Amino acid sequence: MKKLFFVVFFLLVSPSLYCSSLVAKTFHPPVDSLMVSTADHAKFDELKKDFKSGPEVTEACLRCHTEAAKQIHRTKHWTWEVPMKDGKMLGKQHVVNNFCISVEGNEARCTSCHIGYGWKDQKFDFASERNVDCLVCHDGTGTYKKYPSGAGHPAYVDTVFGKTPYPKVDLAYVAQNVANPNRHNCGICHFEGGGADAVKHGDLDNSLIEPAPHVDVHMAVGEDGLNMTCIDCHQTKGHQVPGSRYEPTARDVHGFDYPMPDDYPTTCSSCHGLKPHKQYSKLNDHVDKLACQTCHIPVMAKERPTKMWWDWSKAGKLNSKGGEITRKDSSGLPLYMSKKGEFEWAKEVVPEYRWFNGEMNYVTFMTEINDSGVVAINHPDGEPGDTLSRIWPFKVHRGKQPYDRELKRFVKPKLFGPKGSGAYWKDFNWDKSIAEGMDYAGMQYSGKYGFVETEMYWPISHMVSPKDEALSCVECHSRNGRLQNLSGFYLPGRDTDRYLELFGLLVIVGSLAGVVVHGILRFASNKKRMQDGDA
Amino acid sequence: MKKVYLYARFQRFWHWMQALIIFSLLVSGLEVHGLFTLMGYENAFHVHNFFAWGLVTFIVLAFFWYITTGDFRQYLTEGNLIEKIMMQVRYYLIGIFMNEPHPFKKNEISRLNPLQRITYLMLTLVGLPLQIIFGFLYYYYNELVALGMNPDWIEPIALIHTLLAYMLISFVIMHVYMTTTGHTVTSNIKAMITGWEEVEE
Repeated sequence: MKKLFFVVFFLLVSPSLYCSSLVAKTFHPPVDSLMVSTADHAKFDELKKDFKSGPEVTEACLRCHTEAAKQIHRTKHWTWEVPMKDGKMLGKQHVVNNFCISVEGNEARCTSCHIGYGWKDQKFDFASERNVDCLVCHDGTGTYKKYPSGAGHPAYVDTVFGKTPYPKVDLAYVAQNVANPNRHNCGICHFEGGGADAVKHGDLDNSLIEPAPHVDVHMAVGEDGLNMTCIDCHQTKGHQVPGSRYEPTARDVHGFDYPMPDDYPTTCSSCHGLKPHKQYSKLNDHVDKLACQTCHIPVMAKERPTKMWWDWSKAGKLNSKGGEITRKDSSGLPLYMSKKGEFEWAKEVVPEYRWFNGEMNYVTFMTEINDSGVVAINHPDGEPGDTLSRIWPFKVHRGKQPYDRELKRFVKPKLFGPKGSGAYWKDFNWDKSIAEGMDYAGMQYSGKYGFVETEMYWPISHMVSPKDEALSCVECHSRNGRLQNLSGFYLPGRDTDRYLELFGLLVIVGSLAGVVVHGILRFASNKKRMQDGDA
Repeated sequence: MKKVYLYARFQRFWHWMQALIIFSLLVSGLEVHGLFTLMGYENAFHVHNFFAWGLVTFIVLAFFWYITTGDFRQYLTEGNLIEKIMMQVRYYLIGIFMNEPHPFKKNEISRLNPLQRITYLMLTLVGLPLQIIFGFLYYYYNELVALGMNPDWIEPIALIHTLLAYMLISFVIMHVYMTTTGHTVTSNIKAMITGWEEVEE
């Protein structure tokens, strides 16, 4: 009886012990493999093999996961293309960018971030199921790495790229230890886009592997961290990953998604709703005009510098011996490379703000550009009066890149390839490299190239700061604030009307002058009267 | 000279509260408008809204007091109002320099001259209510747009609110100066503190 009493007492009291501590619960309770999967892949005979290549592993996967490859074939991760409403084909495969400019012609290097094997030229078979790379996303060991110029294949023998060793990957070990994608799996491509850590996005880099709350309040690790991973927001169904730079949701009008997901499963409102501010309701009035990101991501590239400027026109300088030049800053970031030209980097970057309705305008390789000024390779659509548009933060990457001076179009230089192939990174001849690249793509090239300044807009959504580090009101509501250059709407604290302020000045100064003159006259007339009276 | 009790305790309390509130509203409001930095935009915003509600509360209280005590009659005039106002204006423009006596004597029944009556009445019935209405339109802009108001109206609403504030500053300047035009330079202010004022018999 006494024992029973203690058991009941303990059961009643123990929850209150948990509740009384104010430490935030981690988003992911500690779990072992039994709690996440009904299958231990280490026990499958199909996976206890000496796999010779990635595609062999995929064949083994597909024996059980029969539809997985077909699902992958429908994703942007596989096609690298996004059909738009206007019939344009966008996506990594098609768009112009101002980093390495174009995938086509440089496949072997670029497609080391593709979730497939062997996309080394235009002949890649997009219908092939065995060429889907399951492991790059599902590697639970952290040992699976694609070889930088392997067109998606990992190293099958011990090898070295540059000075980095790429040891032979133990495919069976990786296959037996598959898991849901973690930060490493996504980050290997998305943190290192553009060729190295933090280069491209500005809000995605390897500091998000184990971030402090200051860097990303949702992904923060540690005792008080929510410890959310990429797939907690990018909740995937049938391998379709929601949340795309090509089809972003600039304004979620629906709000809470869970437990019933809607069309916008990766917006802030999916979890926080449309009236997220409990303490000051006036802040909720901003939701229709401002993306959450605008105030809650005050700076990007918090820990690591991101690339802000890339001038290809400066590339090609060689030293007196004909060797390549590399100039680095004190922290080891390249400022000049013969292959690539000049760079500028920045840390803790204040984003640029634009109205954005979710539609991005893209220049393609067929668009005639106006080369008299800076060409916006893409720019966000949106207007202040439009109910779909909100003010969004962007990383704007600027630079100079080659174009066809006659045809006024961007060109696709061949950068990667062996010596003598015309590849710029070996032969350092723009004309040859452009002619080679355009010929390969089956596109016209006048033979006259030049360099034009470009800018490219990257909407910022990651590296959300804790709420007490969000932007304060005055950052925008002031004469020289962050939104100083965004026109077409009235912003309290920023906007004035010159006639009104002039009127105010006249009224106030006029009243003051009036009473001062009246007072002096009173004083003078009084004094005179006193003197007269005295006299 | 005799001493008369002109201002009841509530009237003095109401007057000085109103002074404090309007002063706070003007300072915080001009900061929100971006003219200077004093307490920070966010604080100015909160202070402004706090005192705005204070003003509304005190106005309701004052209306209740004036109606129940019948003291609102102080603001009404009989006879030719224009002519009486002109007499008062003439006094401030000319008479005051000639040591002429005030055209209207103060007493317990009538403590305000016609110019004061019309000014305070206009301030209380037109100026402040208009300012409060535009303040509410400004504050509840999002709700009103949701109800169908044209979103472009935020600019005129904000600018009219500012315009009225500038005019209010002008009123405050002249009002403070006018306190010096009593029997002595400080007699009006003393009266608004103690309630008692020395007036001519």
